[in-house]
Amino acid sequence: MAATLPPPRLLPSGDSAVTVEFSRTIDDAANERVLALDKALAAAPIDGISETIPTYRSLLVHYDPGKIGFDALGEKLLAIAGQPLPASTKARRWRIPVAYGGEHGIDLEDVAKALNTTPDDIVARHAGGDYRVAMIGFTPGWSYLSGLDKSLHMSRRQSPRLFTPAGTISIGGIQAGIQCLAAPSGWHLLGRTPVRTYQLHRNPTFLTEPGDRVTFFPIDHKTFEEQDRAAEAGEIIAERVDA
Amino acid sequence: MSRLIVASIGPASSVQDGGRHGAQRYGLTVSGAMDRLALAAANTLVGNEPFAAAVEVGPFGATFTAKDGAVRVAIAGAPRNADIAGKPVAMDTSITLKDGETLTLGFARGGAFTYLAIEGAIKGELVFGSLAVNARAGLGSPYPRPLQAGDEFTVDAASGAPELRIELPKPVSGPIRVVLGPQDDEFDDANKALFLDSDWKISATSDRMGYRLEGPAIKHLHGHNIVSDGTVNGSIQVPGNGAPIALMMDRGTSGGYPKIATVITADVGRLAQTSAGTSFRFKAVTMAEAQDEARKFQQMIRTLPDRLRSSDTVELNIDALSDANVAGYAVSAMDAGTWQVTAEP
Repeated sequence: MAATLPPPRLLPSGDSAVTVEFSRTIDDAANERVLALDKALAAAPIDGISETIPTYRSLLVHYDPGKIGFDALGEKLLAIAGQPLPASTKARRWRIPVAYGGEHGIDLEDVAKALNTTPDDIVARHAGGDYRVAMIGFTPGWSYLSGLDKSLHMSRRQSPRLFTPAGTISIGGIQAGIQCLAAPSGWHLLGRTPVRTYQLHRNPTFLTEPGDRVTFFPIDHKTFEEQDRAAEAGEIIAERVDA
Repeated sequence: MSRLIVASIGPASSVQDGGRHGAQRYGLTVSGAMDRLALAAANTLVGNEPFAAAVEVGPFGATFTAKDGAVRVAIAGAPRNADIAGKPVAMDTSITLKDGETLTLGFARGGAFTYLAIEGAIKGELVFGSLAVNARAGLGSPYPRPLQAGDEFTVDAASGAPELRIELPKPVSGPIRVVLGPQDDEFDDANKALFLDSDWKISATSDRMGYRLEGPAIKHLHGHNIVSDGTVNGSIQVPGNGAPIALMMDRGTSGGYPKIATVITADVGRLAQTSAGTSFRFKAVTMAEAQDEARKFQQMIRTLPDRLRSSDTVELNIDALSDANVAGYAVSAMDAGTWQVTAEP
């Protein structure tokens, strides 16, 4: 018999949602369980659940208390979460071009200084990483990535910027990110990608899914301009490699 | 088809409906009306589905003019003076604007959001099932931004149906009810008590994303950084400075501050309609009570059509009168044409 996994905690998020928490910290194993529960609920829906939102360590389950109560739903969720994880399925992998430094990555030099190395070395370490989309949140398409090289872990900026541009590729704490829309951010900006992880009239509207793998590769600023125009016109730009 | 022209309008006014569901997993928040009951009441008055798209009018005034034909509308939500060419229009009633007539809405006298529903509803391009404006994501139809003077809606010509009023239950008063959690264990008992036993005011810097609460600083047990997890309408998060923020309809879909409590569904609209500067308290209720209230709230919205009455029977706007008195004002209600409001000494 397979070893029983420790049960997640059921945290009430008001009367119409429950947070199924697998860990309090960022933890790839917990994230896998989050995504497995999410997939299981998509494959065999429970009547009353309206929407699920996977995050690093928990699955937020929205439901209709007119259809199912907290206790009954909680019991079902614990039963599914206690089942052994399915054998790992093939993940999609995206190769994402990034114009590093200069006007597109205004923190690259400061990050290099803070880590006593060169901007080229920072680019090599960032582009050399193998990342996983742990969650998407905050604003449309904002993809939070796990897998940042330990040597690039650094705390966020003391004062967040009120504006950071669309397509920003940044790092913050132990995370890396792909930001789609212009937004405030306290992360360190290393570059920009022409890839839109969210684009309204494109199919698909949202490019990345939690669980996808991601790698980056550098492009020059001229290529960025060309690809940015193509992306604006609806091209996906990111290269899909199925592992 | 007729047109309804937005002749003038203040900030924080936009097209809203029941919200955009199903894409929170991609970071796309729900948006939608801040006060769903008021939206549903206004829509019900003109025969629309309860969560059809309507104009959410912010705290300031607005004027709307019918063109190319008559337009039937209804208003519900935050009370305010309303008139057509000086003839008063009561809250919670429908009214037909003849071609060229202008409906004038004054400032909200209490609360913030009043809903102007249009017979046949606002039409536009649905994205994830909604026309609701989400300015940051560039979504919303017909205008993906707050409304401006000169905007217009192409709408159904007025049906000529008799005008109606809706008898809403007396508003619930008393504290805003919450269910503790999801991260109430990030606070000790003293700080949970401080949250529940203190008077709070809504800061003037609040908006559709979040209501900032002014009161005592709430301290965390283990610091203010948690790993980001999902948020809901009414999540009350406590950032590093200890000043709680109640997350509203344009919230980020995830957040990295501990959430001490969550406003119950039935009270999110009440919180949304609490005026800046007004003192209020929170009260913790059990999950069973919160879910019971949520079901009653759903039932009330479903049965709103049973509350419709002919509007011929009202001479005075009793609701507005009592609202005005509650707010500490005396109103000259005998002459409904003037609406002289004077502060009591």
